[in-house]
This record gives sequence, C-alpha cells and structure tokens, in this order.
Amino acid sequence: MARGHHDVGGLPGAGAIDQTEHELSDWEILADAINQALGAKGIKRTDEMRRAREEMDSETYRDMTYYERWIASIETILIEKKILTKDEIDRRLAEFEKEWGEP
Amino acid sequence: MSPTDEHGHDHPKHELSHYAKRIYAIRDLLLEKGVISNKDIQCQVDYQEARSPANGAKLVARSWVDPAFKARFIADPKAACAEMGIDATAINEFVVLENTEKRRHMVVCTLCSCYPRPILGRPPDWYKSFNYRQRSVVDPRGVMREFGLNLPDDVEVRVHDSTADIRYLVLPLRPRGTQGWSEADLTKLVTRDSMIGVMDVLPAIPE
Amino acid sequence: MGRAVNEGAGRFKPGDRVVVRFDDRPGHLRTPWYIRGKTGWVERVYGDFLNPESLAFGGDGLPKKTLYLVAFKQSDVWKNSQGPTDKVLVDIYEHWLDPAA
Repeated sequence: MARGHHDVGGLPGAGAIDQTEHELSDWEILADAINQALGAKGIKRTDEMRRAREEMDSETYRDMTYYERWIASIETILIEKKILTKDEIDRRLAEFEKEWGEP
Repeated sequence: MSPTDEHGHDHPKHELSHYAKRIYAIRDLLLEKGVISNKDIQCQVDYQEARSPANGAKLVARSWVDPAFKARFIADPKAACAEMGIDATAINEFVVLENTEKRRHMVVCTLCSCYPRPILGRPPDWYKSFNYRQRSVVDPRGVMREFGLNLPDDVEVRVHDSTADIRYLVLPLRPRGTQGWSEADLTKLVTRDSMIGVMDVLPAIPE
Repeated sequence: MGRAVNEGAGRFKPGDRVVVRFDDRPGHLRTPWYIRGKTGWVERVYGDFLNPESLAFGGDGLPKKTLYLVAFKQSDVWKNSQGPTDKVLVDIYEHWLDPAA
C-alpha cells in the first residue's frame, strides 16, 4: 500500500505560503451550499466525500482547485448512491452549454 | 430549467472550468428530482454568510477581560458560545487552545482542511493549500515566520493536526499595553490568523 | 486543558506512552503517514466516536472507537526539528495505538 495523495503532512518540497485570498465565485458558493445541504439531509456523510477525493487520480487531485475537488466528490457520491447518473449530468450540462454559448 | 443568474460578479458561465460548470447541472437535477430545494441551498448560503472571524474575536476579547468567562470558555466552549449568542451547535466537538507567553498553538488539517467553520466561517485559501498542509507539522516556526511571528526556543510550539471530529480554536495572548481597553476595542486586535495560530494578535500600538 | 469531551471506557489514559501502528491497508484512514510508527503519550481522552473508516463507505460507523489526543516530541518525529520543546499533537483512534515500552 502506498501513502494516499491527500496524506501530505511533512512531505518535502513545499514552498512559501501564498497568502493571497480570493472572493468565492458563485459556483464555489453553490458547491459549498449543496455540499452542506446534502449533509444536512443525511444524504451523504463528510467521510464519504473525503474518501471520494482520496480515491481520485493523483495528478487530477493536485491539479484541481479546492472546490473543483468538492464538486467531483459530490458527483461521485451522488452517482454511487444512485441519486444521479453520469449520463444525466452530462446531458444536462450539454443543454446548459448550448444556452451559455461558445467559450 | 436554465440556471438563474446569481450575484453577477463572475465570469460568464461558458468560461468556467469543467467541474465549475458541472455543479450547475448537478444543482438543476437535484432540484428537479426533489432531492434538495432552493430553500435548502439558500439556507446554507445564509448560514455560511453569517459566520466570520468576528465571532471568534468576540469570544477571545471576552476571555481577556473576564477570567471567569475564560475558564468557562476553555472548559465548555460550546456552552460559552451559546452564552454570547454564537451558534456553535454544528461543531461536533470544540476545543480551545490557550496561548501563553511560553506556549503557542497552531492548527492544521494535513489530510484535508478541517476548520472550525461554525465559529470562524470559511478557511482562507492558504489554510487549504498543500504548502500549509505539508509544512505546518514539520516546520511550524518557519510558517509562523512567514506570518511575522518569530519565537525564541524557550517558547513551546504545539501544532495540532485535526484529523478527527475535534475542531480547534486558538485563544491568542492578550497583547501588552491594553490594560483598561474596552472589549470592543480589544475585539479589533483579534485576527482570524491569530485564532488559527500562525501569528499573535495585532499589537496594541501600530509598529 | 478543560474537561474531557465525553468520557469513554478506553484502553488508555492521559500520560500513557503509546506507539502508532503502521497498519497499512486500503480504505479511508485518518492516521497520517508521518506519525505512523512514532511514539508519544496520551494527553486527553476525547471519548467514543463513530469510526470514519466505516462511515466513508456508507457503513454505520459502529462499533465506536475511543479517540485520543496524542502528543509527540517534534524531535521524535522529524530528523531536523526546531524548537527543543516543540510538540505535534494528533487526534488518533484507539485501534491505531499500542502501548509503548
């Protein structure tokens, strides 16, 4: 067994602490609120979310931002619990992307 | 159902990253299926907005002026919060770490980024960063130096890695030269970062 | 340091020297890698909590595990620690601890 990619205490090579802070975007506030709401309703537990993030691919884990990881784990757990399917999410997102226009 | 626009200080949605966009689809589906409601979501947004380091600062300032309150705060933090009208019920277990002249505490969650959100609000980005999570346990003094706190060797530094359900709040030292100050004025010296423990509170006299 | 958060009938009491297990296995483990195999002492008994290793996979978290605040001298954990009296303290569940010699 190897050390999990989330288990970073004491790993060498860490640099200076970047103290800049950013105002949360709407999507981050939404991710935060949905996570809390799902927890409040007993639909998911915090440890399930943590485990989902731990199971992510290591490179992906390091490359994603904090709330992106939350969204990925929300999705994983909702699919695992058969509340949503990946297909449904893909399709709804495709509909929205049409409305939102080209990047 | 199309996503409604929120506060609007944002990028247009087509510019968002893959996962950022995905939360809108997830929300839409959850609402459609009745898993959660808009009210549930808004409730959480409001709850989070109401939480900020100002809560923690009030508890610290009261502890400085009132030794009996401080004792109660350390012995039973949730009850002491209730006394001051601060809602700490969402914290499973809450522990206060008292700094002294010869002892400082620092809090980290190396495994993810657990933080006493019901008291302090959301954690700052740096608290959640890999650099902080990696370095705090092995080089706390180096981290403190970056935040302007240089400690001699005869001060004990105690780093807490909050790996379970216990949430820690540092009760920072009252700065010198604040005798007779009002609670309101003392509150202004207590920064969020001093309650995480990476620095002491602001000095009484600007340097 | 204040009252124990909720007294459990745990195996260890404050002052007991303990060593952290390596116990490397798959799953959601909340004992950080850097502290495994290290020796410290119990500072506080926090009481019994649902087991996160079970909760993480939809389990009921039972049986509860006693949680301890375990302190370690930094000089016992890292090769080049600063601060001769510095400590690192970790919240560790009972099934990760053995009595130290």
